[in-house]
Amino acid sequence: MTIWRQSLFIAWKDLRTEFRTRQNFLTTLFFAFLVILIFNFAFDPGSVAARESTPAILWVAFLFAGMLSLGQAFTREKEDDCLLGLLMTPVERGVIYNGKFLANLLFILVMEVCILPVFIIFFNVSFHGMFALFLGIILLVDIGFVAIGTLFAAMVVSMRTREVMLPVLLFPVAVPVVIAGVKATTGVLQGLDVSVYANWLKLLGGFDLIFLAVCYYVFKYVVEEN
Amino acid sequence: MPEAAGRRTGGIPLLTVVVLLALVAALYMVFIYAPRERIMGEVQRIFYFHVASAWLGMLAFLVVFIGSILYLWKGRLIYDRIAACSGEIGVVFTTIVLTTGPIWAKSVWGVWWTWDPRLTSALVMWIMYVAYLVLRASLPESRKKLQFSAVYAIVAFLDVPIVFFSIRWWRRGMHPSDMTIDPQMIHALIVACIAFTLLYLLLLRVRLDVQRQQDRLDQIRRTILERE
Repeated sequence: MTIWRQSLFIAWKDLRTEFRTRQNFLTTLFFAFLVILIFNFAFDPGSVAARESTPAILWVAFLFAGMLSLGQAFTREKEDDCLLGLLMTPVERGVIYNGKFLANLLFILVMEVCILPVFIIFFNVSFHGMFALFLGIILLVDIGFVAIGTLFAAMVVSMRTREVMLPVLLFPVAVPVVIAGVKATTGVLQGLDVSVYANWLKLLGGFDLIFLAVCYYVFKYVVEEN
Repeated sequence: MPEAAGRRTGGIPLLTVVVLLALVAALYMVFIYAPRERIMGEVQRIFYFHVASAWLGMLAFLVVFIGSILYLWKGRLIYDRIAACSGEIGVVFTTIVLTTGPIWAKSVWGVWWTWDPRLTSALVMWIMYVAYLVLRASLPESRKKLQFSAVYAIVAFLDVPIVFFSIRWWRRGMHPSDMTIDPQMIHALIVACIAFTLLYLLLLRVRLDVQRQQDRLDQIRRTILERE
């Protein structure tokens, strides 16, 4: 149980820092809003093409904004050698990973919940009474995306080219999550039966479990101070 | 990294001769022994090197994965070098797959590119390993670089089957899943695969030698700089 308490402590520290400034949160939120807005111009509003690409637009906005916030997660630790202090705390490296993962996940989830009303209004979507399931899909996609994203963010933070390297590393690996998220969301928005896209939910669940476990174990290799 | 210094280029001339013979044999099998395909015609002969390259790419990436795990586990430089060199060869051969694929597709399906599952999977895999090489290139030589690239290689390789399945469900494919094929064609394919596997071993061997000399040179440079 102590591992969980320690993880929550680190997550709490991050979230409290973020809450005090709110700078990162507001810019990320605004960025997601802009992505949705720009896609509205790219497609003829109300056209069939726009309606069919709604899930894709939603996920592009969520994941691009998510990537931005992941990039910030460790940059702050770099200032004044905070990371060194964090590494000197008497906890396992995996606990630091858990804490960072939880903080990033919560951050992205809150951001998405805030942007969702805008999305619903702009694209006039209906959830066919499956809003809870839709939130479940968001959670499954985010867990997988943040699991690998936290690992890679820790990796690129010490690099000069970190702004470019994070998407270069993250997006190819995240391809299955993107496809599954878009497909499952399409299912919900079209009011299809769950059995039609249950495969995608299983794939997301599998992805989440595999990479949470792997990233937890290999995290110690990416934060060592050399 | 004192273990960088090492053995001479033993075995390379012999292996080169073997690879040359195997490649000539493969060319004979592909262009003369194997029959002409009834519907697609001569262009179908691209199949043998296309599939052999795909096999080689997968083999090379498997070696990257194993080398990376061994490096994190044992911490020996040579495992990292094997992974890095194999990654380069894998990217080259996946590039060949992605080049021969469209050439073949253009004359058979009438389009250069389709978002066919296997083609798309190969493309995503190619991008992941290009990212692996970019990551290596953008870090200065250090333990950190070796560990980061090993971690990325492990995550990427575990992702390959998931990518493959997700893309397969995403799109129904144009690649034939079960085809009846002439036994002579299978013989040609097997010979091509064996020849390419030998070629892989040779390329890896030569590339590791170059790397070893590079490491030795770096070591000498460092020693000189320390003395001055």
